[in-house]
Amino acid sequence: MEIKHLPHDKLNDLFDAIIMSDYTLVGPKEKDGVISYDPIESVDDLPQGIIDHQNPGNYALQKTESSRFFAYTISPFSWKKFLYPPTHSLFKATKNENGISFKVNKDEPKYAFIGVRGCEMTAIAIQDKVFMGGDYIDPSYKKRREQALIVGVECYNTCETCFCDSVGSGPEIPEGSDIVLTEIIEKENHYFLVRSETEKGQNILNQLNLEKADETQSMIKDAQLERVRSQLKRKVKVSGLQSKLKENPNHPRWDEVAERCLACTNCTMVCPTCFCMTVEDINDLDGNTERQRRWDSCFSSEFTYIHGGNTRSSTKAKYRQWLTHKFATWQDQFDSLGCVGCGRCITWCPPGIDITEEVAALSESPDTYHKKESSHG
Amino acid sequence: MANAKPKLAVWKFASCDGCQLSLLDCEDELLAVADAVHIANFPEASREVVPGPYDISLVEGSVTTPHDAERIKEIREISNLVITIGACATSGGIQALRNFSDVKEFTNIVYAHPEYIDALDKSHPISDYIKVDFELRGCPIDKFQLLEVIISLLAGKRPNIPTHSVCMDCKLKMNTCVLVAGNEPCLGPVTQAGCGAICPSYNRGCYGCFGPQDSANTFSMTEVWQNLGVQDETILKAFRGFNGFLEPFKEASERLEQK
Repeated sequence: MEIKHLPHDKLNDLFDAIIMSDYTLVGPKEKDGVISYDPIESVDDLPQGIIDHQNPGNYALQKTESSRFFAYTISPFSWKKFLYPPTHSLFKATKNENGISFKVNKDEPKYAFIGVRGCEMTAIAIQDKVFMGGDYIDPSYKKRREQALIVGVECYNTCETCFCDSVGSGPEIPEGSDIVLTEIIEKENHYFLVRSETEKGQNILNQLNLEKADETQSMIKDAQLERVRSQLKRKVKVSGLQSKLKENPNHPRWDEVAERCLACTNCTMVCPTCFCMTVEDINDLDGNTERQRRWDSCFSSEFTYIHGGNTRSSTKAKYRQWLTHKFATWQDQFDSLGCVGCGRCITWCPPGIDITEEVAALSESPDTYHKKESSHG
Repeated sequence: MANAKPKLAVWKFASCDGCQLSLLDCEDELLAVADAVHIANFPEASREVVPGPYDISLVEGSVTTPHDAERIKEIREISNLVITIGACATSGGIQALRNFSDVKEFTNIVYAHPEYIDALDKSHPISDYIKVDFELRGCPIDKFQLLEVIISLLAGKRPNIPTHSVCMDCKLKMNTCVLVAGNEPCLGPVTQAGCGAICPSYNRGCYGCFGPQDSANTFSMTEVWQNLGVQDETILKAFRGFNGFLEPFKEASERLEQK
């Protein structure tokens, strides 16, 4: 698709065009000390000049003089919370004279996501496979996903915790978004390069009268992306990892990581691909019921409780299940990695367990492996 | 319990009454509760006492005297289901702080005539004496959890009382983590959910009112607090709170004491 030029003061025109097409605009905004993806009304809500510092077990924002709208890297919670909400009503059952009546909610919001990053687009594609790929399709996810408009914005900064390139999920935005923006500031010139990837995206852009970008601008975009790639400090060596993890369930490193792991579930909650859920009936005293689905976690003991006992009672078994799923069994199940290198699990882990460090240690032969001092704490 | 309204009794042991008051605190749902169960023995609410046996006994408080150690056995005998409510009944409560010291010393200091005091060496959770059918944690308990238990009993289903961490509830509410983003010492990762993550929702660290979650790693939690610059004495006191006598909180404070 042809790359167009969007002056920074026309960004709101793009937002207006999206809102006019009946979308609920959600994008980054500063809230409660973090960059949060939430409903926004205009560019005034964007976290202009704010950057995020993310390190193992630590997150902090910093205000800068920059006029950049998308200077931050990623939000604590991914877009998962909109497509697959933390709690979701499946149906309501009400008692009446004729017995019981059921009501299924089929209305789903129509979202436009502003600022989807490369790793996040990859995560959405992974969850598409989970919820819409097999024989059993999740109707709520499907409706939300199909009616969503995705506006990707390429990264300008990286965090210490990012490792998208090594798992092939970024920093460039992969296929699947409707519109892609690159924010560029060169001297006094603040603009976006815009391209549509789908007809849905093109229909929005057609409402704006945009000029074609010149070739030098496209070159700046490419250089910007390569600079971002070169800034990535963490990486995971994926080749051969699948068999190493499967072959070494008793690697001594599992015991070491279990000493630090709090089994608090934070990593799975912030992970943009984790999809585990439980179903609960919420009753009232009048005998009415609402069946709800809510996020659950492989780190919760109740999640793996079946009649007679728990299939994974130790934290070691839970952590092993989680990491092995992300890098090995996910490939058997969905033909891709379950990790997109966003680093959220590293940032939001209170003891700062670094999944890249764990993978590196687990890749060593268990026979010659020697316990090393963790780089953290 | 299928036809007639189940008979409910509320019993008090060593406690502050806060948990049983949670039943009266149900306000909007109180009339519906009174409609669904026969409140047969609840001195805080009514002077009318209908004799046992009872279908459901809610027990508040810990066992601290030989007299109470006998009384709880009698309650067990006349109750179909015994549900303990609150930190005192499920862990020994804040008064279990004396379990780490010599109770004789305290009675000698506090009472003019300590010879009249007939106290056990330790403050015990109810489950040390009798079989308990369900435990509801918290200091105090959460009234919605109490309602959930009553409603579930009436509906004949297992109540939704999770044993996972407070962190999961924070994340389900989309709270900003006070520990990671605020460097606030928080016991949420080792504490069982149930309060609706109330303290982190108001930018404070969790106090551990609901006791340890099902996989609590107090060793790692201690290290996390130490890395935030918290003194060992403060960490010890944090673990030795309302649920200080419950493992592994007990073990964590004792480990710090031995250092």
